[in-house]
Amino acid sequence: MTSGLKDSYYIMKRDLIRMTRQKMPLIGAVVRPILWLFFLGTGLKFGFIALPLVGINWQQYIFPGIIAMNVLFSGVMSGATIVWDREFGFLKEITIAPIPRWSIILGKVLSGTIIAGCQGVLVLAVYPLLGISLGFLQLAQTLLAIFFIAMAVTAVGVLLAARIRTLEGFGAVNNFVVMPVFFLSGALHPLSNIPDWLKILIYLNPFSYAVDLLRVILLGLDGDPVLDILTIVLFTNVIFLSALYLFAQRRQYYP
Amino acid sequence: MISVERVSHSFHGYPALKNLSFSVSPGECFGLLGPNGAGKSTLINILVTLLQPDSGSVTINGWPLATEAAKIRSSIGVIFQDSSLDERLTAHENLYFHAMFYHVPPREASQRITALLAMVGLADRSNDRVITFSGGMKRRLEIARSILHQPQLLLLDEATVGLDTQARRRIWDYIASLRQDYPLTILLTTHYLEEAEICDRIAILDHGAVIACDTPARLKEIHGQKTLDDLFLHLTGRDLQDSETGELERLKAALRVRRIK
Repeated sequence: MTSGLKDSYYIMKRDLIRMTRQKMPLIGAVVRPILWLFFLGTGLKFGFIALPLVGINWQQYIFPGIIAMNVLFSGVMSGATIVWDREFGFLKEITIAPIPRWSIILGKVLSGTIIAGCQGVLVLAVYPLLGISLGFLQLAQTLLAIFFIAMAVTAVGVLLAARIRTLEGFGAVNNFVVMPVFFLSGALHPLSNIPDWLKILIYLNPFSYAVDLLRVILLGLDGDPVLDILTIVLFTNVIFLSALYLFAQRRQYYP
Repeated sequence: MISVERVSHSFHGYPALKNLSFSVSPGECFGLLGPNGAGKSTLINILVTLLQPDSGSVTINGWPLATEAAKIRSSIGVIFQDSSLDERLTAHENLYFHAMFYHVPPREASQRITALLAMVGLADRSNDRVITFSGGMKRRLEIARSILHQPQLLLLDEATVGLDTQARRRIWDYIASLRQDYPLTILLTTHYLEEAEICDRIAILDHGAVIACDTPARLKEIHGQKTLDDLFLHLTGRDLQDSETGELERLKAALRVRRIK
Protein backbone atom coordinates (compact mmCIF):
# COMPACT_ATOMS: atom_id res chain seq x y z
CA MET A 1 0.00 0.00 0.00
CA THR A 2 2.75 2.46 1.04
CA SER A 3 4.75 1.51 -2.02
CA GLY A 4 1.68 2.06 -4.23
CA LEU A 5 1.19 5.53 -2.73
CA LYS A 6 4.84 6.34 -3.48
CA ASP A 7 4.28 5.22 -7.06
CA SER A 8 1.26 7.55 -7.26
CA TYR A 9 3.43 10.36 -5.92
CA TYR A 10 6.01 9.86 -8.69
CA ILE A 11 3.33 9.69 -11.38
CA MET A 12 1.89 12.93 -10.00
CA LYS A 13 5.34 14.55 -9.80
CA ARG A 14 6.11 13.67 -13.41
CA ASP A 15 2.81 15.15 -14.62
CA LEU A 16 3.39 18.34 -12.66
CA ILE A 17 6.89 18.76 -14.10
CA ARG A 18 5.51 18.27 -17.61
CA MET A 19 2.73 20.76 -16.91
CA THR A 20 5.15 23.49 -15.86
CA ARG A 21 6.83 23.13 -19.27
CA GLN A 22 3.63 23.80 -21.21
CA LYS A 23 2.63 27.41 -21.71
CA MET A 24 -0.61 27.08 -23.71
CA PRO A 25 -2.79 25.41 -21.04
CA LEU A 26 -1.71 28.09 -18.56
CA ILE A 27 -2.53 30.90 -20.99
CA GLY A 28 -5.90 29.24 -21.69
CA ALA A 29 -6.60 28.97 -17.97
CA VAL A 30 -6.09 32.74 -17.59
CA VAL A 31 -7.84 33.90 -20.76
CA ARG A 32 -10.94 31.68 -20.45
CA PRO A 33 -12.27 33.09 -17.15
CA ILE A 34 -11.42 36.66 -18.23
CA LEU A 35 -13.64 36.24 -21.29
CA TRP A 36 -16.50 34.79 -19.31
CA LEU A 37 -16.28 36.92 -16.21
CA PHE A 38 -15.43 40.33 -17.59
CA PHE A 39 -16.96 40.21 -21.07
CA LEU A 40 -20.04 38.05 -20.52
CA GLY A 41 -20.43 39.22 -16.92
CA THR A 42 -20.28 42.88 -17.93
CA GLY A 43 -22.76 42.25 -20.76
CA LEU A 44 -25.17 40.60 -18.37
CA LYS A 45 -24.68 43.33 -15.80
CA PHE A 46 -25.52 46.21 -18.12
CA GLY A 47 -27.50 44.76 -20.97
CA PHE A 48 -29.63 42.11 -19.38
CA ILE A 49 -32.46 41.80 -16.89
CA ALA A 50 -31.91 42.65 -13.27
CA LEU A 51 -30.85 39.78 -11.06
CA PRO A 52 -33.63 38.74 -8.69
CA LEU A 53 -31.24 38.81 -5.74
CA VAL A 54 -30.68 41.80 -3.52
CA GLY A 55 -27.12 43.15 -3.18
CA ILE A 56 -25.53 40.92 -5.82
CA ASN A 57 -24.75 41.86 -9.40
CA TRP A 58 -24.41 39.51 -12.39
CA GLN A 59 -20.63 39.44 -12.33
CA GLN A 60 -20.63 38.47 -8.69
CA TYR A 61 -23.40 35.94 -9.30
CA ILE A 62 -21.58 34.05 -12.06
CA PHE A 63 -18.19 34.29 -10.28
CA PRO A 64 -18.51 30.93 -8.41
CA GLY A 65 -19.70 29.31 -11.64
CA ILE A 66 -16.70 30.65 -13.54
CA ILE A 67 -14.32 29.31 -10.88
CA ALA A 68 -16.07 25.94 -11.15
CA MET A 69 -15.90 26.15 -14.95
CA ASN A 70 -12.15 26.66 -14.97
CA VAL A 71 -11.75 23.70 -12.63
CA LEU A 72 -14.12 21.62 -14.79
CA PHE A 73 -12.31 22.36 -18.07
CA SER A 74 -8.89 21.70 -16.64
CA GLY A 75 -9.91 18.66 -14.56
CA VAL A 76 -11.74 16.81 -17.32
CA MET A 77 -9.09 17.65 -19.88
CA SER A 78 -6.39 16.27 -17.57
CA GLY A 79 -7.62 12.88 -18.80
CA ALA A 80 -5.99 13.85 -22.09
CA THR A 81 -2.59 13.32 -20.40
CA ILE A 82 -3.46 9.62 -20.12
CA VAL A 83 -4.45 9.49 -23.79
CA TRP A 84 -1.19 11.29 -24.62
CA ASP A 85 0.80 8.85 -22.50
CA ARG A 86 -0.93 5.98 -24.26
CA GLU A 87 -0.26 7.37 -27.74
CA PHE A 88 3.38 8.13 -27.01
CA GLY A 89 4.22 4.92 -25.17
CA PHE A 90 4.68 6.16 -21.61
CA LEU A 91 1.54 4.36 -20.40
CA LYS A 92 3.00 1.12 -21.75
CA GLU A 93 6.22 1.88 -19.88
CA ILE A 94 4.43 2.31 -16.53
CA THR A 95 1.99 -0.53 -17.18
CA ILE A 96 4.90 -2.99 -17.38
CA ALA A 97 6.58 -1.49 -14.30
CA PRO A 98 6.02 -3.35 -11.01
CA ILE A 99 3.45 -0.85 -9.75
CA PRO A 100 -0.22 -1.48 -9.03
CA ARG A 101 -2.81 -0.23 -11.53
CA TRP A 102 -4.60 1.78 -8.86
CA SER A 103 -1.46 3.79 -8.15
CA ILE A 104 -1.38 4.93 -11.79
CA ILE A 105 -5.00 6.08 -11.60
CA LEU A 106 -4.50 7.73 -8.21
CA GLY A 107 -1.35 9.52 -9.41
CA LYS A 108 -3.20 10.83 -12.45
CA VAL A 109 -6.16 11.99 -10.34
CA LEU A 110 -3.82 13.73 -7.88
CA SER A 111 -1.86 15.59 -10.56
CA GLY A 112 -5.07 16.57 -12.37
CA THR A 113 -6.57 17.74 -9.08
CA ILE A 114 -3.60 19.97 -8.30
CA ILE A 115 -3.51 21.46 -11.80
CA ALA A 116 -7.28 22.00 -11.99
CA GLY A 117 -7.39 23.29 -8.42
CA CYS A 118 -4.66 25.83 -9.14
CA GLN A 119 -6.58 27.03 -12.19
CA GLY A 120 -9.62 27.54 -9.96
CA VAL A 121 -7.50 29.48 -7.47
CA LEU A 122 -6.26 31.64 -10.34
CA VAL A 123 -9.84 32.80 -10.92
CA LEU A 124 -10.57 33.12 -7.20
CA ALA A 125 -7.72 35.61 -6.93
CA VAL A 126 -9.72 38.29 -8.79
CA TYR A 127 -12.50 38.43 -6.17
CA PRO A 128 -11.48 41.89 -4.85
CA LEU A 129 -11.96 43.32 -8.37
CA LEU A 130 -15.58 42.20 -8.31
CA GLY A 131 -16.37 43.90 -5.03
CA ILE A 132 -16.58 40.62 -3.10
CA SER A 133 -15.11 40.59 0.38
CA LEU A 134 -14.00 37.33 1.95
CA GLY A 135 -12.86 36.54 5.47
CA PHE A 136 -10.08 34.09 6.23
CA LEU A 137 -12.52 31.27 7.01
CA GLN A 138 -14.45 31.85 3.78
CA LEU A 139 -11.23 31.86 1.81
CA ALA A 140 -10.04 28.63 3.42
CA GLN A 141 -13.43 26.98 2.80
CA THR A 142 -13.37 28.12 -0.83
CA LEU A 143 -9.87 26.71 -1.39
CA LEU A 144 -10.91 23.42 0.16
CA ALA A 145 -14.06 23.30 -1.97
CA ILE A 146 -12.11 24.10 -5.15
CA PHE A 147 -9.67 21.21 -4.68
CA PHE A 148 -12.54 18.97 -3.63
CA ILE A 149 -14.40 19.77 -6.86
CA ALA A 150 -11.16 19.46 -8.84
CA MET A 151 -10.77 15.88 -7.65
CA ALA A 152 -14.32 15.01 -8.75
CA VAL A 153 -13.97 16.43 -12.25
CA THR A 154 -10.46 15.03 -12.72
CA ALA A 155 -11.83 11.57 -11.90
CA VAL A 156 -14.31 12.11 -14.76
CA GLY A 157 -11.43 12.92 -17.12
CA VAL A 158 -9.54 9.80 -16.04
CA LEU A 159 -12.68 7.68 -16.50
CA LEU A 160 -13.16 9.02 -20.02
CA ALA A 161 -9.49 8.34 -20.81
CA ALA A 162 -10.02 4.68 -19.97
CA ARG A 163 -12.28 4.42 -23.00
CA ILE A 164 -11.11 7.15 -25.40
CA ARG A 165 -7.91 6.11 -27.13
CA THR A 166 -7.00 9.08 -29.31
CA LEU A 167 -6.28 12.74 -28.62
CA GLU A 168 -8.70 13.68 -31.42
CA GLY A 169 -11.42 11.67 -29.70
CA PHE A 170 -10.67 13.35 -26.40
CA GLY A 171 -11.04 16.74 -28.07
CA ALA A 172 -14.71 15.92 -28.64
CA VAL A 173 -15.16 15.58 -24.87
CA ASN A 174 -15.08 19.37 -24.65
CA ASN A 175 -18.18 19.68 -26.82
CA PHE A 176 -20.08 16.63 -25.70
CA VAL A 177 -19.28 16.48 -21.99
CA VAL A 178 -17.74 19.66 -20.60
CA MET A 179 -20.00 22.27 -22.23
CA PRO A 180 -23.32 20.46 -21.54
CA VAL A 181 -22.26 19.79 -17.94
CA PHE A 182 -21.37 23.46 -17.51
CA PHE A 183 -24.54 24.86 -19.12
CA LEU A 184 -26.72 22.45 -17.13
CA SER A 185 -25.24 23.46 -13.79
CA GLY A 186 -27.01 26.77 -13.25
CA ALA A 187 -23.58 28.45 -13.27
CA LEU A 188 -24.81 31.37 -15.36
CA HIS A 189 -28.37 31.93 -14.12
CA PRO A 190 -30.61 31.47 -11.09
CA LEU A 191 -33.02 28.53 -11.05
CA SER A 192 -36.08 30.70 -10.50
CA ASN A 193 -38.28 31.31 -13.55
CA ILE A 194 -36.72 28.57 -15.70
CA PRO A 195 -38.75 25.70 -17.27
CA ASP A 196 -39.25 22.58 -15.14
CA TRP A 197 -37.46 20.29 -17.63
CA LEU A 198 -34.34 22.43 -17.38
CA LYS A 199 -34.61 22.53 -13.61
CA ILE A 200 -34.78 18.69 -13.50
CA LEU A 201 -31.67 18.37 -15.68
CA ILE A 202 -29.81 20.84 -13.46
CA TYR A 203 -30.79 18.91 -10.32
CA LEU A 204 -29.60 15.65 -11.93
CA ASN A 205 -26.22 17.15 -12.81
CA PRO A 206 -23.66 16.52 -10.02
CA PHE A 207 -21.68 19.57 -11.15
CA SER A 208 -24.66 21.81 -10.14
CA TYR A 209 -23.89 20.89 -6.53
CA ALA A 210 -20.28 21.99 -6.99
CA VAL A 211 -21.43 25.39 -8.29
CA ASP A 212 -23.96 25.63 -5.48
CA LEU A 213 -21.31 24.86 -2.84
CA LEU A 214 -19.05 27.65 -4.10
CA ARG A 215 -21.98 30.04 -4.33
CA VAL A 216 -23.00 29.33 -0.73
CA ILE A 217 -19.44 29.89 0.53
CA LEU A 218 -18.51 32.91 -1.62
CA LEU A 219 -21.81 34.82 -1.79
CA GLY A 220 -23.56 33.52 1.31
CA LEU A 221 -26.62 32.58 -0.75
CA ASP A 222 -29.17 30.07 0.50
CA GLY A 223 -28.24 26.50 -0.29
CA ASP A 224 -27.56 23.12 1.26
CA PRO A 225 -23.77 22.70 1.60
CA VAL A 226 -24.13 19.31 3.32
CA LEU A 227 -26.11 17.93 0.36
CA ASP A 228 -23.57 19.51 -2.01
CA ILE A 229 -20.61 17.90 -0.24
CA LEU A 230 -22.30 14.48 0.06
CA THR A 231 -23.20 14.53 -3.64
CA ILE A 232 -19.64 15.42 -4.67
CA VAL A 233 -18.09 12.77 -2.37
CA LEU A 234 -20.44 10.05 -3.62
CA PHE A 235 -19.91 11.10 -7.23
CA THR A 236 -16.11 11.16 -6.90
CA ASN A 237 -16.03 7.70 -5.34
CA VAL A 238 -18.30 6.15 -7.95
CA ILE A 239 -16.31 7.68 -10.81
CA PHE A 240 -12.92 6.78 -9.31
CA LEU A 241 -13.93 3.15 -8.73
CA SER A 242 -15.39 2.95 -12.24
CA ALA A 243 -12.12 4.28 -13.68
CA LEU A 244 -10.17 1.68 -11.68
CA TYR A 245 -12.45 -1.06 -12.98
CA LEU A 246 -12.13 0.05 -16.60
CA PHE A 247 -8.34 0.33 -16.44
CA ALA A 248 -8.02 -3.07 -14.74
CA GLN A 249 -10.15 -4.55 -17.54
CA ARG A 250 -7.89 -3.18 -20.25
CA ARG A 251 -5.48 -6.08 -20.53
CA GLN A 252 -5.31 -6.28 -24.28
CA TYR A 253 -2.91 -3.81 -25.83
CA TYR A 254 -2.36 -3.80 -29.53
CA PRO A 255 1.21 -3.28 -30.58
CA MET B 1 15.17 -18.13 -17.91
CA ILE B 2 12.27 -18.13 -20.39
CA SER B 3 10.06 -21.10 -21.03
CA VAL B 4 7.19 -20.73 -23.50
CA GLU B 5 5.03 -23.84 -23.78
CA ARG B 6 2.24 -24.36 -26.29
CA VAL B 7 1.21 -20.69 -26.26
CA SER B 8 -1.64 -19.64 -28.52
CA HIS B 9 -3.29 -16.26 -28.92
CA SER B 10 -5.77 -14.82 -31.35
CA PHE B 11 -7.13 -11.37 -32.15
CA HIS B 12 -10.81 -11.38 -33.03
CA GLY B 13 -10.62 -14.95 -34.27
CA TYR B 14 -7.40 -14.44 -36.22
CA PRO B 15 -4.64 -16.67 -34.79
CA ALA B 16 -1.55 -14.57 -34.02
CA LEU B 17 0.34 -17.32 -32.16
CA LYS B 18 -0.22 -21.04 -32.75
CA ASN B 19 0.96 -23.54 -30.17
CA LEU B 20 4.29 -21.77 -29.80
CA SER B 21 7.04 -23.38 -27.73
CA PHE B 22 10.69 -22.48 -27.11
CA SER B 23 13.04 -21.82 -24.23
CA VAL B 24 15.89 -19.40 -23.56
CA SER B 25 18.76 -20.25 -21.20
CA PRO B 26 20.40 -17.84 -18.74
CA GLY B 27 23.02 -15.62 -20.39
CA GLU B 28 21.85 -16.48 -23.87
CA CYS B 29 21.13 -14.00 -26.67
CA PHE B 30 18.07 -15.39 -28.40
CA GLY B 31 16.59 -13.94 -31.58
CA LEU B 32 13.06 -14.20 -32.90
CA LEU B 33 13.22 -13.74 -36.62
CA GLY B 34 10.18 -13.18 -38.73
CA PRO B 35 8.46 -10.82 -41.16
CA ASN B 36 5.74 -8.33 -40.23
CA GLY B 37 2.68 -10.10 -38.88
CA ALA B 38 4.60 -13.23 -37.84
CA GLY B 39 3.50 -12.75 -34.23
CA LYS B 40 6.73 -11.34 -32.77
CA SER B 41 5.19 -8.29 -31.12
CA THR B 42 2.25 -10.33 -29.80
CA LEU B 43 4.74 -12.68 -28.17
CA ILE B 44 6.71 -9.76 -26.70
CA ASN B 45 3.49 -8.27 -25.31
CA ILE B 46 2.81 -11.60 -23.59
CA LEU B 47 6.35 -11.81 -22.20
CA VAL B 48 6.19 -8.26 -20.79
CA THR B 49 2.87 -9.10 -19.05
CA LEU B 50 0.73 -6.79 -21.19
CA LEU B 51 -1.24 -9.60 -22.75
CA GLN B 52 -2.60 -12.84 -21.37
CA PRO B 53 -2.29 -15.73 -23.83
CA ASP B 54 -5.46 -17.63 -24.71
CA SER B 55 -3.75 -20.91 -23.81
CA GLY B 56 -0.36 -22.35 -22.89
CA SER B 57 2.07 -21.40 -20.16
CA VAL B 58 4.97 -18.98 -19.84
CA THR B 59 7.64 -19.00 -17.14
CA ILE B 60 10.12 -16.12 -16.87
CA ASN B 61 13.06 -16.05 -14.46
CA GLY B 62 11.45 -18.97 -12.63
CA TRP B 63 8.08 -17.30 -12.13
CA PRO B 64 4.89 -18.37 -13.89
CA LEU B 65 3.38 -15.48 -15.83
CA ALA B 66 -0.16 -16.39 -14.85
CA THR B 67 0.40 -15.81 -11.13
CA GLU B 68 3.60 -13.80 -10.66
CA ALA B 69 3.33 -10.97 -13.19
CA ALA B 70 4.52 -8.35 -10.65
CA LYS B 71 7.75 -10.27 -9.87
CA ILE B 72 8.39 -10.80 -13.56
CA ARG B 73 7.95 -7.07 -14.25
CA SER B 74 10.69 -6.25 -11.71
CA SER B 75 13.10 -8.66 -13.34
CA ILE B 76 12.82 -7.65 -17.00
CA GLY B 77 13.95 -4.67 -19.01
CA VAL B 78 12.18 -3.79 -22.23
CA ILE B 79 12.90 -1.68 -25.28
CA PHE B 80 9.89 -1.38 -27.55
CA GLN B 81 9.86 -0.71 -31.26
CA ASP B 82 8.40 2.77 -30.70
CA SER B 83 10.13 5.01 -28.20
CA SER B 84 8.39 5.26 -24.85
CA LEU B 85 10.58 8.07 -23.53
CA ASP B 86 8.91 11.21 -22.28
CA GLU B 87 10.25 13.83 -24.65
CA ARG B 88 9.24 16.76 -22.45
CA LEU B 89 11.47 15.47 -19.67
CA THR B 90 15.27 15.52 -19.61
CA ALA B 91 17.37 12.39 -20.04
CA HIS B 92 18.09 12.39 -16.30
CA GLU B 93 14.42 12.82 -15.40
CA ASN B 94 13.39 9.94 -17.67
CA LEU B 95 15.85 7.66 -15.91
CA TYR B 96 14.97 9.02 -12.47
CA PHE B 97 11.25 8.28 -12.82
CA HIS B 98 12.00 4.84 -14.24
CA ALA B 99 14.19 4.11 -11.20
CA MET B 100 11.44 5.25 -8.85
CA PHE B 101 8.81 3.11 -10.60
CA TYR B 102 11.14 0.11 -10.21
CA HIS B 103 11.74 0.98 -6.55
CA VAL B 104 15.48 1.61 -6.82
CA PRO B 105 16.58 3.48 -3.65
CA PRO B 106 17.06 7.19 -4.57
CA ARG B 107 20.76 7.41 -3.66
CA GLU B 108 21.57 4.25 -5.57
CA ALA B 109 19.42 5.45 -8.47
CA SER B 110 21.43 8.64 -8.68
CA GLN B 111 24.72 6.72 -8.88
CA ARG B 112 23.39 4.28 -11.45
CA ILE B 113 21.94 7.09 -13.60
CA THR B 114 25.28 8.90 -13.68
CA ALA B 115 27.13 5.70 -14.60
CA LEU B 116 24.64 4.62 -17.26
CA LEU B 117 24.46 8.03 -18.92
CA ALA B 118 28.25 7.95 -19.16
CA MET B 119 28.13 4.40 -20.54
CA VAL B 120 25.77 5.33 -23.39
CA GLY B 121 27.67 8.56 -24.10
CA LEU B 122 24.97 10.94 -22.93
CA ALA B 123 26.54 12.28 -19.73
CA ASP B 124 26.89 15.76 -21.21
CA ARG B 125 23.22 15.75 -22.35
CA SER B 126 21.85 14.65 -18.99
CA ASN B 127 19.84 17.82 -18.41
CA ASP B 128 18.67 18.29 -21.99
CA ARG B 129 15.12 17.46 -22.93
CA VAL B 130 14.74 14.26 -24.91
CA ILE B 131 12.84 16.11 -27.64
CA THR B 132 16.21 17.56 -28.71
CA PHE B 133 17.79 14.09 -29.15
CA SER B 134 18.39 12.21 -32.40
CA GLY B 135 16.85 8.75 -32.98
CA GLY B 136 20.13 7.04 -32.08
CA MET B 137 20.53 9.05 -28.87
CA LYS B 138 16.99 8.18 -27.83
CA ARG B 139 17.70 4.49 -28.38
CA ARG B 140 20.88 4.73 -26.30
CA LEU B 141 18.92 6.42 -23.54
CA GLU B 142 16.33 3.65 -23.75
CA ILE B 143 19.08 1.06 -23.39
CA ALA B 144 20.32 2.85 -20.26
CA ARG B 145 16.77 2.99 -18.93
CA SER B 146 16.06 -0.67 -19.67
CA ILE B 147 18.95 -1.89 -17.50
CA LEU B 148 18.72 0.78 -14.79
CA HIS B 149 16.83 -1.52 -12.42
CA GLN B 150 19.35 -4.31 -13.13
CA PRO B 151 17.01 -6.80 -14.81
CA GLN B 152 18.01 -10.40 -15.44
CA LEU B 153 16.34 -10.41 -18.84
CA LEU B 154 16.35 -7.76 -21.57
CA LEU B 155 13.61 -7.86 -24.21
CA LEU B 156 14.22 -5.89 -27.39
CA ASP B 157 11.24 -5.59 -29.70
CA GLU B 158 12.53 -4.42 -33.08
CA ALA B 159 14.63 -2.00 -31.06
CA THR B 160 16.69 -0.72 -33.97
CA VAL B 161 13.91 -0.18 -36.50
CA GLY B 162 14.12 3.24 -38.12
CA LEU B 163 17.82 3.72 -37.34
CA ASP B 164 20.49 3.90 -40.03
CA THR B 165 23.06 1.11 -40.31
CA GLN B 166 25.71 3.06 -38.44
CA ALA B 167 23.40 3.86 -35.51
CA ARG B 168 22.20 0.24 -35.44
CA ARG B 169 25.77 -1.03 -35.29
CA ARG B 170 26.60 1.38 -32.48
CA ILE B 171 23.57 0.18 -30.48
CA TRP B 172 24.70 -3.42 -30.85
CA ASP B 173 28.22 -2.48 -29.80
CA TYR B 174 26.73 -1.03 -26.59
CA ILE B 175 24.70 -4.15 -25.98
CA ALA B 176 27.71 -6.40 -26.67
CA SER B 177 29.88 -4.44 -24.21
CA LEU B 178 27.02 -4.53 -21.73
CA ARG B 179 26.89 -8.31 -21.90
CA GLN B 180 30.59 -8.48 -21.07
CA ASP B 181 30.16 -6.46 -17.88
CA TYR B 182 26.75 -7.60 -16.80
CA PRO B 183 25.12 -11.09 -16.75
CA LEU B 184 22.21 -10.44 -19.03
CA THR B 185 19.92 -12.72 -20.98
CA ILE B 186 18.62 -11.10 -24.16
CA LEU B 187 15.58 -11.91 -26.25
CA LEU B 188 15.25 -9.80 -29.33
CA THR B 189 12.87 -9.66 -32.24
CA THR B 190 14.16 -8.40 -35.51
CA HIS B 191 13.91 -8.61 -39.24
CA TYR B 192 17.49 -7.43 -39.77
CA LEU B 193 19.70 -10.36 -40.66
CA GLU B 194 22.92 -8.89 -39.25
CA GLU B 195 21.20 -8.70 -35.85
CA ALA B 196 20.09 -12.31 -36.09
CA GLU B 197 23.66 -13.36 -36.86
CA ILE B 198 24.96 -12.10 -33.51
CA CYS B 199 22.43 -14.21 -31.56
CA ASP B 200 23.51 -17.43 -29.87
CA ARG B 201 20.31 -19.06 -31.13
CA ILE B 202 17.43 -17.94 -33.28
CA ALA B 203 13.86 -19.09 -33.77
CA ILE B 204 12.22 -18.43 -37.10
CA LEU B 205 8.60 -17.42 -36.72
CA ASP B 206 6.09 -17.61 -39.52
CA HIS B 207 2.33 -17.18 -39.25
CA GLY B 208 2.50 -17.41 -35.46
CA ALA B 209 4.49 -20.65 -35.27
CA VAL B 210 8.17 -21.53 -34.75
CA ILE B 211 9.28 -23.30 -37.90
CA ALA B 212 12.97 -23.65 -36.98
CA CYS B 213 15.09 -23.06 -33.88
CA ASP B 214 18.86 -23.48 -33.43
CA THR B 215 22.15 -21.58 -33.75
CA PRO B 216 22.34 -19.55 -36.98
CA ALA B 217 25.29 -21.66 -38.15
CA ARG B 218 23.57 -24.98 -37.51
CA LEU B 219 20.34 -23.87 -39.14
CA LYS B 220 22.22 -22.84 -42.27
CA GLU B 221 24.14 -26.14 -42.21
CA ILE B 222 21.07 -28.35 -41.65
CA HIS B 223 19.12 -26.71 -44.44
CA GLY B 224 22.10 -26.34 -46.77
CA GLN B 225 21.85 -22.56 -47.07
CA LYS B 226 24.69 -20.06 -47.20
CA THR B 227 22.98 -17.05 -45.63
CA LEU B 228 20.12 -16.45 -43.21
CA ASP B 229 18.28 -14.68 -45.99
CA ASP B 230 18.50 -17.82 -48.14
CA LEU B 231 17.49 -19.90 -45.14
CA PHE B 232 14.44 -17.78 -44.50
CA LEU B 233 13.43 -17.92 -48.15
CA HIS B 234 13.95 -21.69 -48.14
CA LEU B 235 11.80 -22.21 -45.03
CA THR B 236 8.99 -19.76 -45.67
CA GLY B 237 9.03 -19.12 -49.39
CA ARG B 238 9.27 -15.40 -48.60
CA ASP B 239 11.99 -12.78 -48.30
CA LEU B 240 12.57 -11.60 -44.72
CA GLN B 241 12.95 -8.02 -45.86
CA ASP B 242 9.58 -8.22 -47.60
CA SER B 243 7.88 -5.12 -46.29
CA GLU B 244 4.42 -6.21 -47.33
CA THR B 245 2.14 -5.89 -44.36
CA GLY B 246 1.04 -9.21 -42.96
CA GLU B 247 -2.57 -10.24 -42.53
CA LEU B 248 -2.35 -9.78 -38.76
CA GLU B 249 -0.92 -6.29 -39.17
CA ARG B 250 -3.76 -5.40 -41.52
CA LEU B 251 -6.30 -6.69 -38.98
CA LYS B 252 -4.70 -4.62 -36.22
CA ALA B 253 -4.67 -1.54 -38.45
CA ALA B 254 -8.36 -2.09 -39.25
CA LEU B 255 -9.14 -2.38 -35.54
CA ARG B 256 -7.29 0.85 -34.84
CA VAL B 257 -9.23 2.65 -37.57
CA ARG B 258 -12.50 1.29 -36.18
CA ARG B 259 -11.61 2.55 -32.71
CA ILE B 260 -10.81 6.03 -34.01
CA LYS B 261 -14.15 6.13 -35.83
